[in-house]
Amino acid sequence: MAECGASGSGSSGDSLDKSITLPPDEIFRNLENAKRFAIDIGGSLTKLAYYSTVQHKVAKVRSFDHSGKDTEQDHEPPYEISVQEEITARLHFIKFENTYIEACLDFIKDHLVNTETKVIQATGGGAYKFKDLIEEKLRLKVDKEDVMTCLIKGCNFVLKNIPHEAFMYQKDADPEFRFQTNHPNIFPYLLVNIGSGVSIVKVETEDEFEWIGGSSIGGGTFWGLGALLTKTKKFDELLHLASKGQHTNVDMLVQDIYGGACQTLGLSGTLIASSFGKSATADREFSKEDMAKSLLHMISNDIGQLACLYAKLHHLDRVYFGGFFIRGHPVTMRTITYSINFFSKGEVQALFLRHEGYLGAIGAFLKGAEQDNPNQYSWGENYAGSSGLRSSSPELCLAQRARSGTFDLLEMDRLARPVVDLPLLLDPSSYVPDTVDLTEDPMARKYWLSCFEEALDGVVKRAVASQPDSIDAAERAEKFRQKYWNKLQTLRHQPFAYGTLTVRSLLDTREHCLNEFNFPDPYSKVKQKENGVALKCFQRVIQSLDALGWEERQLALVEGLLAGNVFDWGAKAVSDVLESDPQFGFEEAKRKLQERPWLVDSYNDWLQRLKGPPHKCALIFADNSGVDIILGVFPFVRELLFRGTEVILACNSGPALNDVTYSESLIVAERIAAMDPIIHSALGEERLLLVQTGSSSPCLDLSLCTSKATSQLLLVPQSLVVLEMEMESLIGGLFPGTLSVITLDPLLPQSRLDEGLAALVRERAADLVVIEGMGRAVHTNYHAALRCESLKLAVIKNSWLADRLGGRLFSVIFKYEVPAE
Amino acid sequence: MGSWLGRQRRLLRMGACRLGAPMERHGRAAATSVSSAGEPAPEGTEGRRREPLRRRASSASEPAAGASAEGVRRHRPGSYSGPTSVSRQRVESLRKKRPPFPWFGLDIGGTLVKLVYFEPKDITAEEEEEEVESLKSIRKYLTSNVAYGSTGIRDVHLELKDLTLCGRKGNLHFIRFPTHDMPAFIQMGRDKNFSSLHTVFCATGGGAYKFEQDFLTIGDLQLRKLDELDCLIKGILYIDSVGFNGRSQCYYFENPADSEKCQKLPFDLKNPYPLLLVNIGSGVSILAVYSKDNYKRVTGTSLGGGTFFGLCCLLTGCTTFEEALEMASRGDSTKVDKLVRDIYGGDYERFGLPGWAVASSFGNMMSKEKREAVSKEDLARATLITITNNIGSIARMCALNENINQVVFVGNFLRINTIAMRLLAYALDYWSKGQLKALFSEHEGYFGAVGALLELLKIP
Repeated sequence: MAECGASGSGSSGDSLDKSITLPPDEIFRNLENAKRFAIDIGGSLTKLAYYSTVQHKVAKVRSFDHSGKDTEQDHEPPYEISVQEEITARLHFIKFENTYIEACLDFIKDHLVNTETKVIQATGGGAYKFKDLIEEKLRLKVDKEDVMTCLIKGCNFVLKNIPHEAFMYQKDADPEFRFQTNHPNIFPYLLVNIGSGVSIVKVETEDEFEWIGGSSIGGGTFWGLGALLTKTKKFDELLHLASKGQHTNVDMLVQDIYGGACQTLGLSGTLIASSFGKSATADREFSKEDMAKSLLHMISNDIGQLACLYAKLHHLDRVYFGGFFIRGHPVTMRTITYSINFFSKGEVQALFLRHEGYLGAIGAFLKGAEQDNPNQYSWGENYAGSSGLRSSSPELCLAQRARSGTFDLLEMDRLARPVVDLPLLLDPSSYVPDTVDLTEDPMARKYWLSCFEEALDGVVKRAVASQPDSIDAAERAEKFRQKYWNKLQTLRHQPFAYGTLTVRSLLDTREHCLNEFNFPDPYSKVKQKENGVALKCFQRVIQSLDALGWEERQLALVEGLLAGNVFDWGAKAVSDVLESDPQFGFEEAKRKLQERPWLVDSYNDWLQRLKGPPHKCALIFADNSGVDIILGVFPFVRELLFRGTEVILACNSGPALNDVTYSESLIVAERIAAMDPIIHSALGEERLLLVQTGSSSPCLDLSLCTSKATSQLLLVPQSLVVLEMEMESLIGGLFPGTLSVITLDPLLPQSRLDEGLAALVRERAADLVVIEGMGRAVHTNYHAALRCESLKLAVIKNSWLADRLGGRLFSVIFKYEVPAE
Repeated sequence: MGSWLGRQRRLLRMGACRLGAPMERHGRAAATSVSSAGEPAPEGTEGRRREPLRRRASSASEPAAGASAEGVRRHRPGSYSGPTSVSRQRVESLRKKRPPFPWFGLDIGGTLVKLVYFEPKDITAEEEEEEVESLKSIRKYLTSNVAYGSTGIRDVHLELKDLTLCGRKGNLHFIRFPTHDMPAFIQMGRDKNFSSLHTVFCATGGGAYKFEQDFLTIGDLQLRKLDELDCLIKGILYIDSVGFNGRSQCYYFENPADSEKCQKLPFDLKNPYPLLLVNIGSGVSILAVYSKDNYKRVTGTSLGGGTFFGLCCLLTGCTTFEEALEMASRGDSTKVDKLVRDIYGGDYERFGLPGWAVASSFGNMMSKEKREAVSKEDLARATLITITNNIGSIARMCALNENINQVVFVGNFLRINTIAMRLLAYALDYWSKGQLKALFSEHEGYFGAVGALLELLKIP
């Protein structure tokens, strides 16, 4: 790694550097299984794409064959856990300087085992130049693909699959990157590609786009003319010069023509009247910096003006900029943004893309993979394997280069199922799952990053403990620690590296890193134990609830839901209590709850509502394993069923912390059904349905859930939607080390919703959504507006957050909302 | 006497500067709003009334028929002869209203000062006797020389003969000098005791503001500052109406790309509206004109004549606009620019781009070898092509957005610049598939100054 970076950053020119040593474990990962290559060779950078498969360890749960002996097996776990290997699809994209191309091709040749691959899709200007080299080295036939077609395909792909792909750039704002939430419909848009020249393309659908114009004044003009004027050869150096220059020494400004009268005339004197207008003299020397700056302004303004004219002519307001002139350079993003604002008077937004440099490679890859229908799947960015956006600060940028070489990576995992919007969202286009944008809130950002850092030891310990039989668990856990620690440090300096920074993205990144080092579910054993203990208490809890009067019982049920949220197995004190006397622990937890009135308290409205007609169907998003799901959620579900409300209980598809997974929920439901006739009959009559969310995140993104209701529905279902949210303590601030990751499916831990869920919600006409826990109801969705009634419940188990919300530790959030008529 | 213009070594013979990009003038933001995209421009002014257009109320005191663009239009072509139909009383009233000589119109741009001077040829003997010495010496000085100092030039070929203005017959002279010689010009005004003539200096361009105080304190002269866009439009309409000594003022190019068959042909601008007016001085202003006093500034760009000349100075070491153009005429821009065929080997059919189109201006200069292989002439040519193509491209987009199909290019960038004019003509025709027509005007850069003179003559 280090060798590679050191030798790479300084090289220049067209000569190929063969002496580098490539770090395979970091850069060409999973090459052994790679198939289907694509390459995009630009003027200075090469982007390589390949499809590969990744073997993952996944934890599976399986019910024992009970045959009626349950009650005797007091010391047996309720189910068994096994670790299996599963294979998932992953797209790898690598970007490196053209100087490495030969070394990289050699490396690929040496490591490529797969023999099926016969062709490589190639695009970019350099595809012609390097065709022979590629064919000779790789013995693959080079299939040239149209540059613009690839670009557009790639652009559509990232806009659809990567949340927070597009951003606005605001130079002096904090944060300077403002990410856009993905609009459900990405079309139509304008793509302005600033390569050596400028192409302006209108994209109307997946397959329809039109070149509507262009300009010859582009990146090549900046580079070529800049090289002539300043004798500076490299593009980056020219930009660096420009960033230090004063264009007012070279340009003729309005104030140079009008004198001091601009102010009184309402003219902005600093506007440029004539680019290079002052250089029309032989008796002055101009500094390189000043000329480079003037040139940069001239070109950026010109492109911005043309883009606005085209946007106006075609009635478009979404304009994405790409090409090597932009490519993450703060200097050019700034001038282009300025120009677009100026010429459009704020009506058009200049948007940039995080993965802009990869569009061509992605598109070329997709072209080659058309028979596999990659567009039918949903893909997610793997935070563990992707480099993220570079910093705008030159010093930091150098440090990063030293760390990761001149190689930049993007990895995307295929999601097990396509994801879509939850149909109950009031306005999908304005829905933002996350409550706090940490990129915009330096205080919160600082807190949460420290919080995750402090919790890291506990997570590492938990991960090792989850695999007692593995000889290399400690070693892998250490690698995980390094990886996640580095990610946190990157995010400290560049909060925008992976899009908007949120508590959710921090959690998801941790899950990705754990998975990367084969810790699919560090909490599997903890959850198994918790579930076993809680199941034993179920009947007693039900009996005491049934002994209460109706009104008392409703409150007790809500308190039960909240109590499940109060404690966590990770907190030693709590777990001790629970192990000795689970029911006492549960009651203890209830006592810890804040007295009513709660911090947010609309319980009275809820109670009033319960006195009315039953809901048709409730959708409940479950949170933790153990006490939470078994003693909190199931009694609540049971009451709803009893009232005549159908229930869809949605659990995560894959493991995240100690959250209950779908597979676990099936076993738990089965065990409860054996004890409780109401649950039993509801399952049998499909008035209680268990479904998976499609997510493997401790948080919840309602904007993407699945639409195909198919075989994922295993048990019974029907009527009210309850989302359960929790995960507070898991973050480790209060109860360090309560992280859990379970892997059931070869799923990338991610937070979107399963298609099947969406279909079911429609079919059953869900009219109540219950979301429980800090992760799902506070960190995300706290402000989510739904079309139907919703209940958001959480106990604030983090003192910092409690403080921020104006409450104390264990403050209760009980937010019952009815949509406006 | 011959030294009233300073010691500048160089002559910048270029155009009326107009504010370029990015810039906008106060109060005009709404006028250039993006929201009117694609809206057809109505033929008459009525349809424009509700639009946030810039509107000038016509002056209450109508100038003499001969001075009115609208009035003279009926006599076209070549209606530069006197107002024979004007009644004696009218002449009398004109005499009372019209300002005393000398009649100047001044346009002080970013690079060049444009001066128009009306030389009365119908001076009677008694008038001559009454004429004060300073007035006479100015007239003699200006009309008997074609160059003033080292940098002042009278464009003799543009002189409009036997023109009737405010009831007076005479010749209109067109003079230019670099803006950096303004101090010398003001000093001359002081030396010649201009202030004793009680004349009013009508001036437009940014320099009218910049030098106002100097005129007052050094020359004891009060400037009457005029809006440059108003003056530009007035000047163009007037000059077009009087023609060019019997010839047409406006022209176009046929077969502009073919050096053998290319022809400059007169164009009768009988339906001037709507009209896109592209004024290329140091920077570029683009106006949409719907009637004599109904127009708006659509946009502008800072890539103008100043950019061409400035870059040429830096790249080739040339010192005059003429030199820059002369070098350009001998150069080959395809050595400097990267063409579509350099990238795709021919036409890029996917997008309908011809192989000869420039893909990247100066794009070949990214390579060290190619940088070493180009001549200064090639660089000058490429600079000229780059700037001209860009102006053409922006003008075309504005014409489309404003739904206007005749585009008039003016400004001193076009002076002796046939390469640029032919390229504009060709580019506009090619990229619009024949929908847009590029028009040019003989008096390229002087319209602002003419407009200023017309304003002077409205003074009671």
